[in-house]
Amino acid sequence: MRINLDINGEIRELDVEPRTSLLDCLRDHVGLTGAHTGCEHGVCGACTVLFDGVAVRSCLMFAPQAEGSKITTIEGVTPGPGEMSVIQDAFCETHGMQCGYCTPAMVLVAHALLIDNPNPSRDDIVDAISGNICRCTGYAQIIDAIALAAERLRGANRPVELTK
Amino acid sequence: MSAISKFRFVSTDRRVREDRRFVAGKGKFVADIQLPNTKHVALVTCPHAAARIVSIDKSAALKMPGVHYILDGAELAAATLPLMTGLDTPNVPRRPLAHEIARYSGEWVVAVVADSRAQAEDAAEEVVIDYEPLPFVLDAEQALESNDILVHEAHGSNVLLDKTFTWGEVDKDFAASPRKLKLRVKWGRSSTVPIETFGVTASWDPWRDMLDVHASIQMPRFNDQIGIALKIPVTSVRVHHDVDVGGSYGVKRGIKHTVLCGYLSRRLGFPVKLLEDRLENMRGGDAHGPERLFDVEVAFDDNGIVRSMKMRALENVGAYAGRSPFQLGKPVGAIVGPYKIQSVQYRAVAVVTNKTTQDAVRGFGQAPTNVAIERTMDEVANVLGLDRLEIRRRNMIRHDEFPYTIPSGTTYDSGDFHAVIDKVVAHTSYEGLKVERDALRTQGMLAGIGLAACLEPSGGNATFEALLNPKVQTSTFMDSCRVNIDGVGSITATMHTTSSGQGHETLVGTAIGEVLQIDPELIRVVRPDSLNSLPSGTPVGSRMAIMLGGAAFHAATKLKTKLMTIAAHDLGIPVERAVYDQGNVYDKNKPEHRRTWLDLVQIAWRSYHRLPADMEPGLAASHIMQVPTGGTLPDADGRVQMYPCTSFEFHLILVKIDPDLGRPEILKYRIGHDCGVVINPKIVRGMTMGGIAHGIGAALYEEFAYNDDGQLIAQTFMDYLLPSSHEVPDVQIIHHETPSPHTVFGQKGSGESGYLGSPAAVANAINDALKPLGISTNRLPIKVSTLGDMIAAAQENKSKGH
Amino acid sequence: MKAAPFEYSRPADIDEACAMLAADENARLIAGGQTLVPMMAMRLARPTRLVDINRIAGLSYIRQDGDAIAIGATTRQCDLERSATIARDIPLMAKAIPWIGHAATRARGTIGGSLVNADPAAEQALIAVTLDAVLNYREDKKTIEIAAGEFFVGAMVTSLPSTACLTGLKIPVWHGDRIGTGFHEVNARRSDFAFVSSAVQVQLDADGTCKRIAIGAGAATDFPMRLTSAEQQLVGSKLDAAKVKDVVTEALADIEALDDLHATAAYRKRVAVSMACRAVADARASALGEKLHAH
Ligand SMILES: Cc1cc2nc3c(=O)[nH]c(=O)nc-3n(C[C@@H](O)[C@H](O)[C@H](O)COP(=O)(O)OP(=O)(O)OC[C@H]3O[C@@H](n4cnc5c(N)ncnc54)[C@H](O)[C@@H]3O)c2cc1C
Ligand code: FES
Ligand code: FES
Repeated sequence: MRINLDINGEIRELDVEPRTSLLDCLRDHVGLTGAHTGCEHGVCGACTVLFDGVAVRSCLMFAPQAEGSKITTIEGVTPGPGEMSVIQDAFCETHGMQCGYCTPAMVLVAHALLIDNPNPSRDDIVDAISGNICRCTGYAQIIDAIALAAERLRGANRPVELTK
Repeated sequence: MSAISKFRFVSTDRRVREDRRFVAGKGKFVADIQLPNTKHVALVTCPHAAARIVSIDKSAALKMPGVHYILDGAELAAATLPLMTGLDTPNVPRRPLAHEIARYSGEWVVAVVADSRAQAEDAAEEVVIDYEPLPFVLDAEQALESNDILVHEAHGSNVLLDKTFTWGEVDKDFAASPRKLKLRVKWGRSSTVPIETFGVTASWDPWRDMLDVHASIQMPRFNDQIGIALKIPVTSVRVHHDVDVGGSYGVKRGIKHTVLCGYLSRRLGFPVKLLEDRLENMRGGDAHGPERLFDVEVAFDDNGIVRSMKMRALENVGAYAGRSPFQLGKPVGAIVGPYKIQSVQYRAVAVVTNKTTQDAVRGFGQAPTNVAIERTMDEVANVLGLDRLEIRRRNMIRHDEFPYTIPSGTTYDSGDFHAVIDKVVAHTSYEGLKVERDALRTQGMLAGIGLAACLEPSGGNATFEALLNPKVQTSTFMDSCRVNIDGVGSITATMHTTSSGQGHETLVGTAIGEVLQIDPELIRVVRPDSLNSLPSGTPVGSRMAIMLGGAAFHAATKLKTKLMTIAAHDLGIPVERAVYDQGNVYDKNKPEHRRTWLDLVQIAWRSYHRLPADMEPGLAASHIMQVPTGGTLPDADGRVQMYPCTSFEFHLILVKIDPDLGRPEILKYRIGHDCGVVINPKIVRGMTMGGIAHGIGAALYEEFAYNDDGQLIAQTFMDYLLPSSHEVPDVQIIHHETPSPHTVFGQKGSGESGYLGSPAAVANAINDALKPLGISTNRLPIKVSTLGDMIAAAQENKSKGH
Repeated sequence: MKAAPFEYSRPADIDEACAMLAADENARLIAGGQTLVPMMAMRLARPTRLVDINRIAGLSYIRQDGDAIAIGATTRQCDLERSATIARDIPLMAKAIPWIGHAATRARGTIGGSLVNADPAAEQALIAVTLDAVLNYREDKKTIEIAAGEFFVGAMVTSLPSTACLTGLKIPVWHGDRIGTGFHEVNARRSDFAFVSSAVQVQLDADGTCKRIAIGAGAATDFPMRLTSAEQQLVGSKLDAAKVKDVVTEALADIEALDDLHATAAYRKRVAVSMACRAVADARASALGEKLHAH
């Protein structure tokens, strides 16, 4: 079926089977491979995208359902080719990752959190990422990254915004 | 071996160069690689724990839209050789698809190839297979003790391995010891379960006779095994190493997947891709980890000095065996942990059962073994009424006793265990922790302190192969690096395997930068494909810092020497007078008399007439590194030098259990960690934190549980519970550094750190908490419900006055 | 793990949605999809038509309706979590919502989907039963009301007709002073489905005597239950711990507890008592304005 999706501020006209998950649609039909497939049953969070600004699991939605909403992927919060957002840079500074598989989702969750709560406590951060499984890091450096990003953003007196 | 005393880049808190691409979602994982005209595989799996495949009807499935081919085990078995196994067990063949008999629930029976994965799944549902269910065995002890049900009839028993080693005067030591204690410890079946499942694309080019493989692998000699199984020259297999692997920690081996796709691509003429879905991964990905039963007996004196140990380790390897039984061999290199136990009897038994096949898991059998040892140390202290930390201190090897050779023949390189412990308790008072624990107890909580001290053997030799399979004569496990300085003076280095988050590109850059005194950021690190590669043992055995870092160091050193030789020759001075300074070389006696980096590049690349006689032009060097301390085979008694280095970790934790709920909560977590010289602090911290989290999973949450029908019931992420950020405490690492004498910078391994001790620490803390109730548990994972039921029963007994 | 093929439709209103269900017995509604989509991905559910009610206007609301708070079926769990109305008038629900899955699943999951799905451990079902919610659904162009206590009939089974669409529910608001709530649950990981849970709402007299109490027990049995006998015995009491324990134990004495991979029946049965006692204690303390310990 033909659908129009608003992805990172761009309207995409797509022809998909209704059963195509938003995740598969992004990866296979739009070529945005930053959202990753981990479990396809809603538990790991690797497929996280922002849906009208809120973190959701893209494996738990069929592509046609996303019509009429704004979808933001990791590609959409990356300021430009080779350029990192404050949050992405903070993840690099603390090494908030290892294999990088859960990372785009973690970065998006951090974006969503910091839009909502510019001054999160450690517990807030722990809670915000608790729906995203990272098998590599034990979370410590991810928590550090988000705390560091929050601090830097506060210091810059610049609220987080989605670039697109 | 040269040790550098002061570092420019090593040990400094530098960024990890791989990270940039990952934060932008630009990693190149196997699922991201789209070759034109790729077709997709879905699998039909066996619903029975064991069954004879009576017939397979593909007709309806072949008519489904988008379907290209349906492959069964008979066709594949006729065309390929069985997969390589580690032990000498020719009658236990392992194949990608079940042939005639399927031996576990979830085993792959038929592969469907279609235009899309969804279509392949549609057609998979239409394949009609007639099975005749067979009797099955799930329990390792039953499989060991009885031949009534054989997983592999032709093998004649279920036992793949049963070897007993005796190192030292075990009988005498037992007879001479006033006290003995027996303990049974069960490590439940868990694994590393990366968030990325295994995936592979195989693409055959008949005009070049080339099978291109992109896969999320971490497997030594992967290309050899594929070529052999497919009966094609290994030179016709090109494994691409520039694939980012979404976590592995040992299990991403994927031989069967790749042989399957390789065969299909050759048969069908287009690229064939198999990305396991989570169910295929959990049930039939052959990536389960150890399920091990330990019977430990120790002999000790009234002071708690443990003299001797007998250990039987019974491993339930599942239905087939690849390298997994070797996980009984690796712990031989640290079989006494950090303790001076003077004699050991070790019986290693591996049996097949009708469960999913295993592969290598982080630590290669060491983490379960450490639980057995550390639970035992606690119990020794308990029966004597001695403090558990004190008893560890008494038994531990002292700093001045290194190098120290343990009864099983391995020499530990260096360590200062007492210093690490002292540092940890200086950071967090052990006595203070006891006060905290006791306060919780008076509030009605169960509370316990967990201690665990253990080693991380690192450097990754493969002598366990020869130890357990005398037909194998492996006494090396190489890694390599090639460094090239190009015609304009830029540096490119190679590594020859994939990596899965360990930061190897950063490692190579740092090591070379250190030697050549050049900013590591300026050094390009690439991963040539397998046909362009030098030997690599891959990131197993906590070895890359030592082996890849070492190879990079040595290759760069060769170049540095060459640069100095060229400069000396050009300056007309003896090479001893040449001083290397950040790429430039000058005369020690006349520092203004010098050749710059670009001068030297110019000479090497273009001015052959200025090179010393017979010197090769250009500036390239390779190094293939032998494992330090390697090179020998086990002796007749199975004494063996296993890994070259031993990192050390000491865990100190406080756990609270609400007695009504049985739900443990880790309140404090401290780890003292010594992995020698740290090359990159961010990476080492990450490895340790990740390892601890993984170990907490193994101790409390994760288990591939089966029901009595032989069905895997923990096959989704709703039932196989990976720790989330809520379950991982805020861990404090207390760092210590005892350099290894065997490595180029003094580094040791840290790829398995945390994981090797955290399950033991958690188990010990819970048992300490249970002590006032007079109960204990030695079965991991310690699940909430089980613990709750145990506590309730104990309380009831107590109130009844039993 | 790809869903079997289906047709997708997005009806304009409830009656059209119901008509689609009536026209095809294998059609299924989809709301938040947080349960249905995983089931479809594993092909444990294979609807031929998916009727998406997410964008039907007027199905998502939280509003006052007489003495009750009315909630629309497609109201998302995250909206309930953030609602000032819920926090003020249905504080028990506000306490329970954060226990449902993760923020990302609450961002999509709906209260209607959770009720119809009727997982024995569903927090929202427990709240509905505990607070005597009245559910309404639409079938054949008629709106029908049903009490939560009659709605749940088995594990994952409700009395909702297969061609009906749940439209919303009303939860009576308790008025007056000294109303307190307590919610407890236990699971392995913080975000997992509960092994056992309990929700309690209580109203006390000025002297601390229990005037009114509702005690619900979730996850232990096929569907949430009210501990009616305990409630009756506690009204007029001071809710002292020993008494609470006795009557709760008695009320749970004959339950047939669920037994699965994660928790034994014995565990559920025993811990259901602890959960209820703790929820009562918390409810009492909050009615008295005492500070609670974090659990
Ligand atoms: C990782 C994870 C953790 C979770 N943890 C919890 C938890 O701790 N507690 C908990 O309660 N839930 C939990 N859930 C499930 C919860 O998120 C779901 O929101 C809920 O069970 C279903 O709501 P839904 O709106 O997503 O419904 P859907 O998945 O869209 O639908 C569920 C069922 O209800 C039917 N349906 C939906 N709406 C209507 C309607 N208006 N009328 C008639 N039928 C309807 C559908 O046809 C379907 O059969 C979890 C889910 C995930 C993925
Ligand atoms: S892939 Fe979507 S939650 Fe795991
Ligand atoms: S970085 Fe590997 S899973 Fe998180």
